[in-house]
Amino acid sequence: MEFLTDNIYYIGAFGLIFIGLFIILVKHNLIKVIIGLGILDTGINLFLIAIGYINNGTAPIFSKPGLDVGNMVDPVPQALVLTSIVIGVAILALALSLAIRLYKHYGSLDLRKIKEQRW
Amino acid sequence: MKKIISLILLFIICLGIIFCLQKIPFGAAKTKVGNYYIDNGREETGAANIVTSVVLNYRGFDTLGEVTILFLAAMGLGTVLATLHKKDKRQIEQASLILKTGCRFLFPLILLFGAYIFFHGHLTPGGGFQGGAIIASAFLLVYLGCRGRKINETSSKLTESIGGLVFLIMGLIGLTLGGHYFLSNFIPKGEINTLFSAGIIPIIYIAIGFKVGSELTGIIDNLMEKS
Amino acid sequence: MIIIVCLLVVIMLTAAVSAIFFKDLLNAVIAACMVSLIASVLFYLLQAPDVAMAEASIGAALVAAIFIIAISKTKRHEE
Repeated sequence: MEFLTDNIYYIGAFGLIFIGLFIILVKHNLIKVIIGLGILDTGINLFLIAIGYINNGTAPIFSKPGLDVGNMVDPVPQALVLTSIVIGVAILALALSLAIRLYKHYGSLDLRKIKEQRW
Repeated sequence: MKKIISLILLFIICLGIIFCLQKIPFGAAKTKVGNYYIDNGREETGAANIVTSVVLNYRGFDTLGEVTILFLAAMGLGTVLATLHKKDKRQIEQASLILKTGCRFLFPLILLFGAYIFFHGHLTPGGGFQGGAIIASAFLLVYLGCRGRKINETSSKLTESIGGLVFLIMGLIGLTLGGHYFLSNFIPKGEINTLFSAGIIPIIYIAIGFKVGSELTGIIDNLMEKS
Repeated sequence: MIIIVCLLVVIMLTAAVSAIFFKDLLNAVIAACMVSLIASVLFYLLQAPDVAMAEASIGAALVAAIFIIAISKTKRHEE
């Protein structure tokens, strides 16, 4: 029980990663697979920020000049995750445009039917 | 059958990861690079927001790579969705008067809020990417509320290109003046916690804010109008 | 405090699991949007305000908009 309440952020992040991987492996509608890709992306970002947390730390911003804060959390993972979120939305937009084009060409979004039609 | 195999595979991976997570305790201090940035970030860059100084000063090259990826994705989307024949103009039903007036009233306020966020990126939480996303939301509101109004495509592409060029030119100027490396901070850093401080960081964030805002607007415009 | 975090994580995992089982694609998009919104609150509780602002504005507004536009040009129901 102590293990669960101490590492609740890790459990949440890994739950999201596994659910995202399950959707990508099992489902056969293309837009559902892209939704799973988005959930996987959110889970990984949550895991990165949860690693950089320090107990009793504050946000890494100096608001007042003379104020002395105690501990600050790690600022490097936050910079990386900021980049990663924007790249995630760019990938989702490109994947959805490819899905629209596939629907216009084949007439259905079922991955089993699309794989059957070889060239 | 596929479900059972994938569930077993994921279960094995889960056990392996729980075994490895014993070595990463939650909440303990792990790295030393972050301590260096927190201790020396204020004097070396002049920005009050440490995350901004890490994104634009210490790891500025990664931000350049990310801006390139965003540009490539927007260009790829425009290429994939281009059609050969023109779409016929159907009669679009107009929204009611309350909706149109409300959208037109809210549009400059949301633009002002987005501009405030990327102007003060080095003092408060915020920055170019967040401000650009809010500006794109303002244009999305106009697309959904007052139907039939489009943005001017030429000026949107021009804004996007100029934003990217300003970033590059600032980096190349830092190569000649200042510290003789790419993206060095050559403008004198003023007093901390004022608006005109922290060297080239506010200038680059303004350029990134314009670029990301017009790029995301261009993505939504391409998705709605074409095909 | 821990009770609030546990409750939020449970709601987030429930929304993610229900995105698997919805047959109407619009409902699945709204469930994914809710995952993103609760992740933004968790980012704030982990003392990262920049990341929380980015995830809330990008993940909860723009991703939902482009998904709904893409669904309106293809099929709405999964088989």
